[in-house]
Amino acid sequence: MNFWSAIEVGFKEIWAHKFRSLLTMLGIVLGVSSLVAMAALVKGMENGMKEALIAIGGLEKVRVEEQDIPAKQRQYTDDAVGCTINDVYALERSAPLVTLVEPEMRMPSYYRVTRDGKMPDWVNLIGTWPSALEMNEHIVQYGRMFNDIDDENARNVCVIGTYIRDELFGAPDEVGHEIIPLGQTININGEPFRIIGMFQRYESERERKQRELQATQPKAAPQTGPKRSRGWGGHKGGGFVFGWKNRTIYIPLNTMWLRFRAATGTNNIPDPHLSALNLKVASVDELEPALQQARNVLMSTHHGIEDFRFQTQEDWAQNITSAIHHARLSGGFISAISLLVGGIGIMNIMLASITERIREIGIRKAIGATYADVFVQILIESVVIALLGGLAGLAAAYGLVYLLQTLSPTENTPIITFTALGVAFLFSAGVGVLAGLVPAFKAAKLDPIQALRYD
Amino acid sequence: MPLVELRGVSKIYHLGGEEIRALDDVNLDIDAGEFISIIGPSGSGKSTLMHILGCLDTPTRGTICLDGTLIHNATPRQLAAIRNRKIGFVFQFFNLLPKLNVLQNVELPMVYSGLSSRERRERALRALRMVDMENRSKHRPMQLSGGQQQRAAIARALVNDPKIIFADEPTGNLDSHTGEVILELFRKLSHEGRTIALVTHDPEIAAVTPRRIEIRDGRISKVIDPKLAGLDRQLETPASV
Repeated sequence: MNFWSAIEVGFKEIWAHKFRSLLTMLGIVLGVSSLVAMAALVKGMENGMKEALIAIGGLEKVRVEEQDIPAKQRQYTDDAVGCTINDVYALERSAPLVTLVEPEMRMPSYYRVTRDGKMPDWVNLIGTWPSALEMNEHIVQYGRMFNDIDDENARNVCVIGTYIRDELFGAPDEVGHEIIPLGQTININGEPFRIIGMFQRYESERERKQRELQATQPKAAPQTGPKRSRGWGGHKGGGFVFGWKNRTIYIPLNTMWLRFRAATGTNNIPDPHLSALNLKVASVDELEPALQQARNVLMSTHHGIEDFRFQTQEDWAQNITSAIHHARLSGGFISAISLLVGGIGIMNIMLASITERIREIGIRKAIGATYADVFVQILIESVVIALLGGLAGLAAAYGLVYLLQTLSPTENTPIITFTALGVAFLFSAGVGVLAGLVPAFKAAKLDPIQALRYD
Repeated sequence: MPLVELRGVSKIYHLGGEEIRALDDVNLDIDAGEFISIIGPSGSGKSTLMHILGCLDTPTRGTICLDGTLIHNATPRQLAAIRNRKIGFVFQFFNLLPKLNVLQNVELPMVYSGLSSRERRERALRALRMVDMENRSKHRPMQLSGGQQQRAAIARALVNDPKIIFADEPTGNLDSHTGEVILELFRKLSHEGRTIALVTHDPEIAAVTPRRIEIRDGRISKVIDPKLAGLDRQLETPASV
């Protein structure tokens, strides 16, 4: 008996018992669709978790910060230079595994940014180079980033995040239209600065969906009582990263040094002082050799005093990986159980089916069907049911994902991957084979004489 | 050389410690082209003999040679192939598959011998023509009378051009008139040169065959053989049934 006629017989058998086959397939449909939907949810979750990590510059970004001098080097405290612009030049020249270096001079927190009597609660005011844009994954939506000439001439220009605009000029949610404050002047600790650019609004996918959802719904009742901050508790996952990015004000590094005395360092350091510097390594795989290279360079510029440390996002990435791993494992386990139940359903129905067809099997054997012919026929019937269920399950998975999306529109979008579809389909085929083995074995080993006598 | 040659064939069952000899030292030859009947009351061992002759079962002792091949110790797979190509079965209860139509039922043995679908169809139609059932090829077994079902079953037995056809009580489930029609069909096939063995408990039905073998308690108790009596010439002319 060839393969195709076995499949044809399988389909006929399914067609002869439409309702029974449908119910049996339903088990596989549920199993496959839940497997795909679970994988899609986890993929969406993974993307949601990763977007914050990417927003701060990804795994390739390493921050060099100052730290207390180790105890055994305490006697050299007076010679410690801290982070300086010399570190940046040295790294650019001598560390080939480091592809980008960005200096950062951060303002002390008591420096105030004001305009017209208004003041944001806290800002992230940094003097830097234009390369900060690439380093920190910033995108200038309006106007431009300051350039090397602005830096060279120490111009009083700044590029701001949308939160600064919201606080000083008014948020689009409140005034009803987008205010683009290019050319306007703000005061930073009394110095006038012209706004030449504004970043795009950074937000997580979840925040964006929440905002879009609110825009379609009638405006909620305004907050009653005195105006107040409602705190940070509402942010889940990496949401704070986006808020922090929106509070950025970049000014040229030279402007920072020249305009603000506090930025030049206070303990007689001859080199222009930095609060920190950021590196980008060529690839995550070369993170350790790159850090070793950077450390060697920095140990030289810091006269052998280890007053700096590296800060990476490895832990964060690892947390994401393990959270995804656990979600995938538990979701996969639950889907596997439902697939197993589906498989048991198939086995059950195949056992019932061969009991009904003992006589048929006897006839087939009497006219020349071999053990293998009968075995393959029953197995193929089982696999055909499972595969039909599997295909229906793949279609149902899209419905299930759509349902999940409608139920909680602000969650991360589930993403159905081809891998998940393929794996789920293969699993349904595997379940079909496993469920068919016992019935096929039972049918194939029937004695034709006994089977022909059976009523 | 005879088509079928049984030598010292025994089939022994063990039931609750007791030994049951369903067949006891049977010797039998069937020549090609013969029309024989195997008669005996129920429990005589005639069904066991047919099962062993028909390669559905293997003997406990003894040798069987079918068409020059020793089959008493063949594997189940080899037996299935022999059943498929060299043996045709006709059963009391017709044993057509109810989900398939007549044509598909007749094609079924060829499905297992791996013929192309075109050849299957041609040969199935030819076999149906032989039993005059061509115009019923698209009917389901349930839509046919008992006689028509049995004719379809005979077409199925013929379709692989077997060396020998075994008919197990082929008229047992039919009224006497239809039974006669079926027996007439067997006689016709016999005249065309086919080897046919009828298995029955009814001496009247057995009377249509020239040679009759009577089984009792697992042994051949009586053989009515026109050749031995020199009557074969006389019986060449078709007798009225």
